[in-house]
Amino acid sequence: MTLSLDGRVALITGAGRGIGKAVAQTLATAGARVALLSRTEANAQAVAHAIEAAGGHALAFGGDVADPSTVDTVIEQTLKHWECLDIVVNNAGVTRDTLLLRMKDDDWDAVLQTNLKGAFVCSRAALKPMMRQRWGRIVNISSVVGLTGNAGQANYAASKAALIAFTKSVALEMGSRGITCNAVAPGLIETDMTQAMPQQARDYALQRIPVGRFGTPEDIAYGVLFLCSEYAAYITGQVFVIDGGLTVGI
Amino acid sequence: MNQEIFERVQKVIVEQLGVDENAVVPEASFTDDFNADSLDLVELVMAFEQEFDVSISEEEAERVRTVADAVRMLTEKVQAGE
Repeated sequence: MTLSLDGRVALITGAGRGIGKAVAQTLATAGARVALLSRTEANAQAVAHAIEAAGGHALAFGGDVADPSTVDTVIEQTLKHWECLDIVVNNAGVTRDTLLLRMKDDDWDAVLQTNLKGAFVCSRAALKPMMRQRWGRIVNISSVVGLTGNAGQANYAASKAALIAFTKSVALEMGSRGITCNAVAPGLIETDMTQAMPQQARDYALQRIPVGRFGTPEDIAYGVLFLCSEYAAYITGQVFVIDGGLTVGI
Repeated sequence: MNQEIFERVQKVIVEQLGVDENAVVPEASFTDDFNADSLDLVELVMAFEQEFDVSISEEEAERVRTVADAVRMLTEKVQAGE
């Protein structure tokens, strides 16, 4: 056994930048053919070009992860090209941070729609080919705030906690079919999302990370790669916290 | 019982549940005789939908307990589609 994903086909949502981009590149480097879905198609295309240039295989799609017809088309096209779908990484996520008293209905709905419904729609669609194959890996990108909560992120934290319960339920339903479902809970990772944090909040957070730095998108991607590999066949329904120790001791 | 539809149903059941063709008789129950669990039944319904190019609702699926039930429902659906 190796960490190789040779012959595997993976769908990664939110693959245009940040953690999703790193996951796409890492899985492609490990030998998987990757289908990339991003709200902004140009971002997915840029990542796909980079993967192809490095000798990998990638397809780029633009669209909304929570729209069933978009997702059906993406999966249909992926199956047409590569005849199987083995791995789904539900990574697409948005924030609409504000204190609850100031949170608008739309702030709540938009975050739950992408972060939670997107994972539901993509997982449901991917399970059909996975069940036929009797092999599958679903990895949902949650967050440490789904475990701890976070002031100013009631919507985001709720969506990420819900993803964990979703993960466990899918794991229970699909275990007998060789399909595992796990969540990865990143801590503070250097992405556009955390760049948008106020400097004061970044400095404070940094003091609380035992490893002494923000994570890189690759730190998360390596964990995802492991969960997608043959080595992780007996791991399902779990939350893999990758946070440099941020949540240890709290 | 429509013989052609019965044979197609039989083929799907043999493929999906890995049971012997001779065991797939009209009165056989999916859960009692073939030990199908809830996920097996969902897969079976999906396979029927694919084989017959029809759509089967949750309520319709719940009423299918035996091979004969499946043949009857699919015969109705196929004929309604014609």
